[in-house]
Amino acid sequence: MSNDIINVNNLNFKYSQQGDWLFKDFNFKIERHEWVAVIGHNGSGKSTLARLIDGLLQPQSGSIMVDQQTMSAENVWEIRKKIGMVFQNPENQFVGANVAEDVAFGLENQAVPYKLMHQRVKTALQRVNMWRFAEQEPVNLSGGQKQRVALAGVIALQPEIIILDEATSMLDPEGRRDVIQLIHDLKVQHNFTIISITHDIDEAALADRVIVLDDGKIIESAPPAQVFLHGKELSHLGLAVPFSEKVKAALVKRRITVPVQYYTEQRMVDWICQSISNK
Amino acid sequence: MNKVLLGRYLPGSSFIHRLDPRSKLVLSFYFIIVIFLANNWSTYLFMLFVVAGCILLAQIKLGFFWKGVQPLIWLILFTVLLQILFSRGGTIFWQWGPFSLTQTGIVSGIYVFFRFVLIIFMSTLLTLTTPPLEIAGALESLLKPLKKIHFPVYEVSLMLSIALRFVPTLIDEAAKIMNAQRSRGVNFDSGSLRQRLNAVVPLLIPLFVSAFNRAEDLATAMEARGYHGGEGRTKYRINQWHLRDTVSVVFFLLVTIVMILLRTW
Repeated sequence: MSNDIINVNNLNFKYSQQGDWLFKDFNFKIERHEWVAVIGHNGSGKSTLARLIDGLLQPQSGSIMVDQQTMSAENVWEIRKKIGMVFQNPENQFVGANVAEDVAFGLENQAVPYKLMHQRVKTALQRVNMWRFAEQEPVNLSGGQKQRVALAGVIALQPEIIILDEATSMLDPEGRRDVIQLIHDLKVQHNFTIISITHDIDEAALADRVIVLDDGKIIESAPPAQVFLHGKELSHLGLAVPFSEKVKAALVKRRITVPVQYYTEQRMVDWICQSISNK
Repeated sequence: MNKVLLGRYLPGSSFIHRLDPRSKLVLSFYFIIVIFLANNWSTYLFMLFVVAGCILLAQIKLGFFWKGVQPLIWLILFTVLLQILFSRGGTIFWQWGPFSLTQTGIVSGIYVFFRFVLIIFMSTLLTLTTPPLEIAGALESLLKPLKKIHFPVYEVSLMLSIALRFVPTLIDEAAKIMNAQRSRGVNFDSGSLRQRLNAVVPLLIPLFVSAFNRAEDLATAMEARGYHGGEGRTKYRINQWHLRDTVSVVFFLLVTIVMILLRTW
């Protein structure tokens, strides 16, 4: 029980007074140091869930517990200190006039003293490999670089939980790879609890657990290898299928027997090489 | 369009670049007041030397200052012409109806011209050597005394710095929307005045809507990072007053004294 860092109980939420419930009697748990990927089609409630956990939206009923504290109007700022969020649009979440000031913004809000602030900004920017851009203005940065700055802003705050709300969805493949690699390294080093809301299957594949959300309901919660096996169901929900599963499907069409369990790309290559040399 | 707003600040490490933005801001305003003390050729000549000295210290090519004057050149020439044609006194060289060309007219025309150019040079020097965000920061710390009369200093400076930060972003977006509408057949640069005004609507409304979306995203991101008002925050950027700032203030006080002496001379 004490191992749960986030615990959502019987949550009910809808945006307007009339209209349908988006979440009805919703229950959700995340363990400390777990990396959870939440996937689902547009409008399935992924982003809403993230905003509820951060206290940016208030549920109509039910409780949200973050790190043993039940969220209420009084302690929402206290809880927010434990959560770092990176949003989708790199342009619109850049508050500062330049890179260093943007990273410092969260620290300024927490009234961190001058010297410590400069030190933490520097280490955070070095961590994401953006220190040499410290004095640059956002116009001169690419989308991937801006998201790295946003991540640095989160690291500088030293939160327990990092929520990535489709943080890579507006980036080009290269920037996306960079950011995902960076998140992975951060997870290994600092052992944050990570909730990544994503459409990107590579990002989901790195997680400990994948939660498939459909219209405010969890329809599956399992390790990625298990979730990715249901290729067909996933594509019915409007989700992408990992490349190795696509290869498998194509092979099945050509009447070639393939292994049942999920293989990563590397294992898939090994398996193909093996089966060819065995012939 | 981009060049005008973005190409202004020139990074450098000269004496003027390293001055505290607060002293730069105050001194360039002070300079504008001092220049109105000038009333004869010796005072103008002296001011010319002062400005030339400042420009030399900043190590910036004169061409950039010319760019600062350029947009105002017609206003300057118009004012100079008014001065020349309508001033009376001294020897009359030529007269026709209400217009006259007199000695005083020509002299005051030249004075007005120099007054304009010197003020523009000095303010260009300020914007060329100071990044906009430092000007915003300087304004905040200079406005601090107004907190006593409940003027929302922090909020105003936050607004200013966010506005400055989003200017290039919104210019980019305006250009994008313009091209997108052009590719769908909107004609922005021909037709009667009325037609042109109508053509601006498909540019303005999407820009307006997207500004709202941006504002909402930004507010959420700020809230998620713990922003709850200007109270109880520390600052990342703190201006420091150096010896060179004191030196420049003293220098400008000396300039004022010399000006007052030269006025009566």
